[in-house]
Amino acid sequence: MIEIDSLCKTFGKLPVLRNLSATLPAGRATAVIGHNGSGKTTLIKCILGMVIPDSGSIKIDDQEIRNQWEYRNRIGYMPQIGRYPDNMRINQVLGMMKDIRGRFQPGLDEELVHKYALGELGKKSMRTLSGGTRQKVSAALAFMFSPDILILDEPTAGLDPVASEILKDKITESKKAGRTILITSHIMSEVEELADDILYLHNGTVGFYKSIAALKEETGEEKISKALATLLK
Amino acid sequence: MLKITKYVVYDILRSKVLILYTAFLGIASMALFNLETDPAKAIISLLSIVMIILPLVSIVFSTTYFYNAYEFMELLVSQPLQRRTIILAQYMGIGLCLVLAYVIGVGIPMLLFAPGEVSVILLFAGIMLTLSFTAFAFLASVLTRDKARGIGVSLLLWFYLAILYDAILIGILYAFNDYPLEKVVIGLAACNPIDLARIMVLLKLDISALMGYTGAVFQEIFGNGLGIAMGFVVLTLWVLLPLWLSVRIFRRKNI
Repeated sequence: MIEIDSLCKTFGKLPVLRNLSATLPAGRATAVIGHNGSGKTTLIKCILGMVIPDSGSIKIDDQEIRNQWEYRNRIGYMPQIGRYPDNMRINQVLGMMKDIRGRFQPGLDEELVHKYALGELGKKSMRTLSGGTRQKVSAALAFMFSPDILILDEPTAGLDPVASEILKDKITESKKAGRTILITSHIMSEVEELADDILYLHNGTVGFYKSIAALKEETGEEKISKALATLLK
Repeated sequence: MLKITKYVVYDILRSKVLILYTAFLGIASMALFNLETDPAKAIISLLSIVMIILPLVSIVFSTTYFYNAYEFMELLVSQPLQRRTIILAQYMGIGLCLVLAYVIGVGIPMLLFAPGEVSVILLFAGIMLTLSFTAFAFLASVLTRDKARGIGVSLLLWFYLAILYDAILIGILYAFNDYPLEKVVIGLAACNPIDLARIMVLLKLDISALMGYTGAVFQEIFGNGLGIAMGFVVLTLWVLLPLWLSVRIFRRKNI
């Protein structure tokens, strides 16, 4: 469970998060949506401790995360644009992460490494990889340590349809295993497929936070893209 | 921490810039020792190289590396690691490589051709200067997000400490010629790691007799073991202070 309480963050003069509060329950997948620059990535980076909020608190299972680092053992993060050291090879990146995190988890989940055939691409240097292959590496790393919390920032952007399906299956499977999933996406069909709840951010604050079922019922629409359009009118 | 340092060292060794730097230092010191018949003179020439080139290469290389490794740090920051561990591991990796280059390129030839107290002091002074300027580079890098600006700040810092500071010092000495400034000069020299290191080495050479009364005062303060130890303590502070500041800033930085 992730509890976010009155989170504020300003970059220079630009307020990005304004008094944002939400509670993401365990065992559910929450899709964070909103237009570009509405604060989705900043929210994620705050949860990961990459960006330090000006005020407000974030608790993971009642544990305040400020100045903590151990909690990140429980998080698998897939960034929007995976940036890796240019002159490392795929298997070096994978090996390094195992080296750094592996001691905490004995059993590694390497399903995605195999399904994406990253082992065979292992000798390729990160510099030469296409955007999609980088995304595959990011996805494999996010799931590798079987984390309780998965934070996926536009996971399928740039992936080919087959790879995309593999990833979606993996996400659904993780949800069934009772993990907390936070996902951002601009593709509404994907949100419908993967998420239970929708957290709509508008100018850095919560526009609404509802389950998909409630959303459909409220608007009387079959598809959430239509439901959203009705709601945001 | 050592795990990350291992990857940093591995990465630097692959980039060949450091090997070129080691080779340059090695060729320069071998040439000096072979061309000069008097090893003491060769050490003086070597001293100029150590005081100018070493800080310059250390600060520019470290700043560039820090910015180039930004992705690497981004990746690490989202992992279960302390920020302090990440930046210190990075520092240790870069510092270790630069010190190694210096020890191989200058230290070993120096100890072979001119074994003695001066060489040992120059060796350690050079190591401390390398570590100090690597720390300055980290400070400049955590202060600015922009690579070009970071390198600019680093170069300015080097220019100030390696060149401008001496000019200011000499200006002060001339302007206040009539006053007894020896103690002040020592204080001012301690405020610049390069000057401090240079004085410590020069005083171990015979030429300190040429420096007049100031030289005598320096000799009195730095001439004994305690003075040298104090000098190294101050040099250590010049490593720890910028390093501590950069860790402090990095811990609060938005990645």
